[in-house]
Amino acid sequence: MNAPNAGAACRALLRREFTLAWRRRGEMLLPLLYAVIVATLFPFALGPDNALLARISGGVLLVTVLLAMLPSLESMFRGDLEDGSLEQLLLSPQPLPLLALVRILAHWSTTALPLVVATPLLALLLRLPSNVLPVLLVALLLATPLLALLGATLSALTAGARRSAILLSLMLLPLAVPVVIFAAGAVAAAQAGLPFLAPLSWLAAALVLALALAPFACAAALRIAIEA
Amino acid sequence: MMSRSYLPHWMHLLGSPPVFYRFAGTLRPWLFWSALLLAAIGLYGGLVLAPADYQQGDAYRIIFIHVPCAWMSLFAYGCMAVAALVAMVWRVKLAEVIAMECAPVGAAFTLVTLITGSLWGKPMWGAWWTWDARLTSELVLLFLYLGVIGLDHAIEDRRRGARAASLLALVGVVNLPIVHYSVVWWNTLHQGSTVQLLGPSKIAPGMLWPLLTMALATHLYFFASVLNRTRVGLLAVEGGKEWARSIVAENAHA
Amino acid sequence: MHDWLAMGGYAQYVWPAYAVFFLVFAWDWLAPRFRRGRLLKELRGRLARERVRREKAAA
Repeated sequence: MNAPNAGAACRALLRREFTLAWRRRGEMLLPLLYAVIVATLFPFALGPDNALLARISGGVLLVTVLLAMLPSLESMFRGDLEDGSLEQLLLSPQPLPLLALVRILAHWSTTALPLVVATPLLALLLRLPSNVLPVLLVALLLATPLLALLGATLSALTAGARRSAILLSLMLLPLAVPVVIFAAGAVAAAQAGLPFLAPLSWLAAALVLALALAPFACAAALRIAIEA
Repeated sequence: MMSRSYLPHWMHLLGSPPVFYRFAGTLRPWLFWSALLLAAIGLYGGLVLAPADYQQGDAYRIIFIHVPCAWMSLFAYGCMAVAALVAMVWRVKLAEVIAMECAPVGAAFTLVTLITGSLWGKPMWGAWWTWDARLTSELVLLFLYLGVIGLDHAIEDRRRGARAASLLALVGVVNLPIVHYSVVWWNTLHQGSTVQLLGPSKIAPGMLWPLLTMALATHLYFFASVLNRTRVGLLAVEGGKEWARSIVAENAHA
Repeated sequence: MHDWLAMGGYAQYVWPAYAVFFLVFAWDWLAPRFRRGRLLKELRGRLARERVRREKAAA
């Protein structure tokens, strides 16, 4: 079979994902709403002590964004599996890891990117010191694609499973631990006036590693989900 | 299956479920009873013969189960990962079953490590739990095992479940060193507890030989338990095959 | 003997640790046995149903 241009296939896939996301734009707001709810609950639980909130807000925002990403990751491949478009993806002559990577990036930009964009607002609510905000945003811009790559691989594994919501969280926890540690570590270091470049570089290194490996793992997982 | 021909002949033979079922049945009692005997010797040495520690008194005697279990929790993960790799690359049905049966045994070792560590930590640190690098890594390891077991059980089709969980186990192999490194870094960043249960290995010989005996016993037990579980797993996967039927017939009145 | 059981005052930590060790591995060893029993029962049932179906088809 003479494979048509891989770039054209990626563009078509991107267009499909963005069209689907636009048609369901109400759903795109749900993770944001969830993050706002979680972030507003913290001051009620801890008391309106500004100093305390400022101290913990970086970590709270990171965990909030991570939790808000979970529900959409869990159902990432469910619809594609049910309506048969996943099989079409597998049958296409383009390399599956490449298509998986495009699919993950599209998913990240429609679900996680809005969360990152909304973070300054949440940071305001939680009184994050303004000099720490840029570090938090950079950490999130590195950590959310990383989590999306890892989460998509796990989501592909659970595509054919029952009660996958809790299962996905259980499977993601060990993978998310280093991400949370380095992202929160960078924020904490910036807040303490310490050098924060090292943890950010580790995050970037992990992102590069995940960009190289996760598409292959995701493709293998999708093949397992499809085969009878 | 072209790739199968790379395996030596005896592996082909042992890879056949009925052959392995009988082989495991013969080997299992030997492993199990020698593990039990060694454990009896090791525990006698550890609980009765070994002197009390000059710093920790008798509380240190938890070492004779805690440390072998901690070693085994990693060893079991290694075994599971090797079986998972064979299952993914060569699609050997037996390897799929072995990988999945390693997971609960490894999880049992990890759980015992955590509980005994907690029981040891209480008198030593004054707390049941501390976010020390080693304990945290062990907890993450437990979650990895639980994820593998959960995924295997959540997928209806046995073989598909085993393959998906095998892939997850392999993802964990990449993840584990990263987790360990990040947790160590996190600990130094936050000036966590620096108390260690085990100092640099300045352990008296009277304490060392029971420890090594227990380590050997837990290794033997691990293999016995995996064989024990793999037999049942093979019966479950191959339930419709002729050899499984004859075993059902043999155990008609069991 | 009594001194030994007291474990120099650490009995409440040492003995539960050993109890957990033995309980977990007793479960680990016995659980597959029970699973095997359930499995054999299930397979016997399946074989019996198949036999009945074959006899009906033959009749």
